[in-house]
Amino acid sequence: MAEAEESPGDPGTASPRPLMRDLKAVGKKFMHVLYPRKSNTLLRDWDLWGPLILCVTLALMLQRDPADSEKDGGPHFAEVFVIVWFGAVTITLNSKLLGGNISFFQSLCVLGYCILPLTVAMLICRLVLLAGPGPVNFMVRLFVVIVMFAWSIVASTAFLADSQPPNRRALAVYPVFLFYFVISWMILTFTPQ
Amino acid sequence: MAAADELTFHEFEEATNLLTETPDAATTSRSDQPTSQGHVAVAVGSGDSYGAEDEVEEESDKAALLQKQQQQPGFWTFNYYQSFFDVDTSQVLDRIKGSLLPRPGHNFVRHYLRNRPDLYGPFWICATLAFVLAVTGNLTLVLAQRRDPSIHYSPQFHKVTVAGISIYCYAWLVPLALWGFLRWRKGVRERVGPYTFLETVCVYGYSLFVFIPMVVLWLIPVPWLQWLFGALALGLSAAGLVFTLWPVVREDTRLVAAVLLSTVVLLHALLAMGCKLYFFQSLPPEHVTPPHQAASLPTNIPLSPTLPRSMAPS
Repeated sequence: MAEAEESPGDPGTASPRPLMRDLKAVGKKFMHVLYPRKSNTLLRDWDLWGPLILCVTLALMLQRDPADSEKDGGPHFAEVFVIVWFGAVTITLNSKLLGGNISFFQSLCVLGYCILPLTVAMLICRLVLLAGPGPVNFMVRLFVVIVMFAWSIVASTAFLADSQPPNRRALAVYPVFLFYFVISWMILTFTPQ
Repeated sequence: MAAADELTFHEFEEATNLLTETPDAATTSRSDQPTSQGHVAVAVGSGDSYGAEDEVEEESDKAALLQKQQQQPGFWTFNYYQSFFDVDTSQVLDRIKGSLLPRPGHNFVRHYLRNRPDLYGPFWICATLAFVLAVTGNLTLVLAQRRDPSIHYSPQFHKVTVAGISIYCYAWLVPLALWGFLRWRKGVRERVGPYTFLETVCVYGYSLFVFIPMVVLWLIPVPWLQWLFGALALGLSAAGLVFTLWPVVREDTRLVAAVLLSTVVLLHALLAMGCKLYFFQSLPPEHVTPPHQAASLPTNIPLSPTLPRSMAPS
């Protein structure tokens, strides 16, 4: 990740350009996730800002109504965080233990960035829910979540599958499937009170 | 591996016979064995499971040797744990198939694990089962609400935590207790050594796999069908456990063997029942407002909406 540098002629003011450069890098990776191609950008210049932004956005949107009962509602903010980060770390460890040659942070970066389609699905679901509940409402949300779930899986597999030996690829990809399935389930069952 | 060389000395003449009987056994040979000996070594492994007692004894001696050799890297190194994930897709699928169809002569540990227990199967089967339990339990509530709109739907996210903790505790603590008990009774048995801790964890982990389709089929809201599926799955799973443990407890006193096996089956049944009662009951309308009491309700079908008390909608 790039450090913030002060340009030599401006003591006391941090130059805004490294921040813009970081944001541009994050945006470029978002594009790579939305249009997955066999490129190495996500792997080579990994960073964890994108996954953090996505995770915080998702957790904020999934947050349960404070008036909701303690036991029966949706996930807390912290629960979403734990599931996303703990899940990503577990999948990365699993991938490395199976003999994959991807580095720890590269894998976290890919898994985190590939949550982007599901975050978009969450946004769409919240907008659709403003129209009021109903079976059509549910069908639309189901369709959107399924499409985005498939997109996430395809995007992350495009980056992660090559790092595994061919006879273990399915073993490494299955936990990714489970991970995004759980996140999709949380998005689909979100009900505003 | 050195073990393959040791095994070929004794069973060479039976290899061709065993190969013709079980041609698919050859396909699971591991890639790091020399291919000329690959099929012979695999046939040896399957030969041990055909019930011959002498071979079981020799196999267990060699298993003990092999375990000592395998524990050379220290437990603080990454390679030590990597040796527990040294499985291919085909091997994992094979082990899952073996746990789904237990046969009396086929000991899961000897036939499928072959001294290479893995942690991938138990860990991810438990994770899948925990999430599938939470998701299908929630789906049952959704379906119940469609039939009876007065039932209050909520995502019930806390059930994920409960499912995860209970499944993982069962799949790791019960094998620990079993392994400890079998080692304690080791003195009584002369011939067959106990299984290692990892092999016990493996047996339990893979035996939980059959619960996954059972839980999914529990979505069908017909009570007798649910109990039928539950009994079938419990029977398969417990049979796998019993067939695996039988060669080890067979030499113990009859009382200890009977008590051990019945405890194992009972714990398994308790797990299945607990899953059914906690995750698959939908709330009758009169119990909507205090949701923390819902967990104690044993009913699993929604009651008819013609109840004497009607709740204010929440």
